[in-house]
Amino acid sequence: MSLYDVIFYLFALVTLVSAFMVVTTKNIVHAAFYLLFTFFGVAGIYALLGADFIAVVQLMVYVGGILVLILFGVMLTNKITNVQIRSGSTNLVAAAVVIGIFAGALLTMMLNTRWLVNPGKTLITTIPQIGSLLVKQYVLIFELLGILLLIALVGAASIARKEEREK
Amino acid sequence: MIHVSLTHYLVVSAFLFSFGLYGVVTRKNAVMVLMGIELILNSANINFVAFSKFGNYGLNGQIMALFVIILAAAEAAIALAIVLNIYKTFAHVDVDKINNLKE
Amino acid sequence: MLTEFGKIFVFILLAGLFVAVGIFTAKILRPHRPTKEKLETYECGEDPIGTPWVKFNVRFYVVALIFLIFDVEVVMLFPWAVTYQKFGAYGYLVGIIFLIVLFVGMLYEWGKGDLEWDRPQPIIPYLHKEEEQNK
Repeated sequence: MSLYDVIFYLFALVTLVSAFMVVTTKNIVHAAFYLLFTFFGVAGIYALLGADFIAVVQLMVYVGGILVLILFGVMLTNKITNVQIRSGSTNLVAAAVVIGIFAGALLTMMLNTRWLVNPGKTLITTIPQIGSLLVKQYVLIFELLGILLLIALVGAASIARKEEREK
Repeated sequence: MIHVSLTHYLVVSAFLFSFGLYGVVTRKNAVMVLMGIELILNSANINFVAFSKFGNYGLNGQIMALFVIILAAAEAAIALAIVLNIYKTFAHVDVDKINNLKE
Repeated sequence: MLTEFGKIFVFILLAGLFVAVGIFTAKILRPHRPTKEKLETYECGEDPIGTPWVKFNVRFYVVALIFLIFDVEVVMLFPWAVTYQKFGAYGYLVGIIFLIVLFVGMLYEWGKGDLEWDRPQPIIPYLHKEEEQNK
């Protein structure tokens, strides 16, 4: 068992245990903090897969942005007077059974398929290649993402501002 | 002990997807449902990046993962703004009880 | 197996994990005898009043949202900035169009006043000299 394998199992363990805690813990704030560890674990898996840029983007966007936004969502949507912020759950048994069957099917499929594995050369850094792809092949998507971000910015800000003004 | 291969990453991603789906189905709080969706998107991203490494298709998979992350950011921004408005209207964010489009 | 940066990245994450393991081990080993006085929030010896959970202003959310969008913009611009010189004027134009589109968004937020923060008007205390003398 090489060091690579040890690190992989470590990150996989961190990711899966914290993801399990996210969906089972009662306290919403705890769930948000377990989500932080899930994102870190997934970033580590990206780094192990040789995707350094994606790993950094994961940390910047998910941990630095989306998680902060989710924490604001938690703080702004609960009756702040009671410290015990709880979230109820429904249909636990039925959901567990159905999703257990679903996960079993997914795992059977993934373990029994003979994947065509043909690893390419691992690059020293991926950023110049990603940049060339963005500017050449995916240039339309690149510009469309700019427009999407503009729409998201205007839309979300106006929805959130409406609440503020009427208060 | 077997060396880490493509299947290992796929199994991690499958478990992450199942946990996320479980969270989306069982949680009542809208913010918790969003957290489940983030888990599902992350599991899809692991698949993209893993196939990009083991499949020798260049970096196309990583580009797709980048697009998914950016779309997730836009989605979280809009969805949480909507959740804030729901909280203002109904004074709770329980997705099971929100069944009116208007007051 | 790893890219050059990937090694550093794994090192960073393992460093974080090292700290976490240390703190967790200490939590298991140390004695744990809480009393009411120990658990209270320390406020310079005063007894704390009320709850630390106060209602937040929605404006914080709007600021975080603007931050997230421009964070993503920087993420998109980084690989472009590394490679655009290879493509000459075309590569430059691609990034400039992207920037212009998001600049429109920034102008919108600026015009709508989301970047402003309305402060409460401070009441400046002043001394009524005549009242003081009359006393």
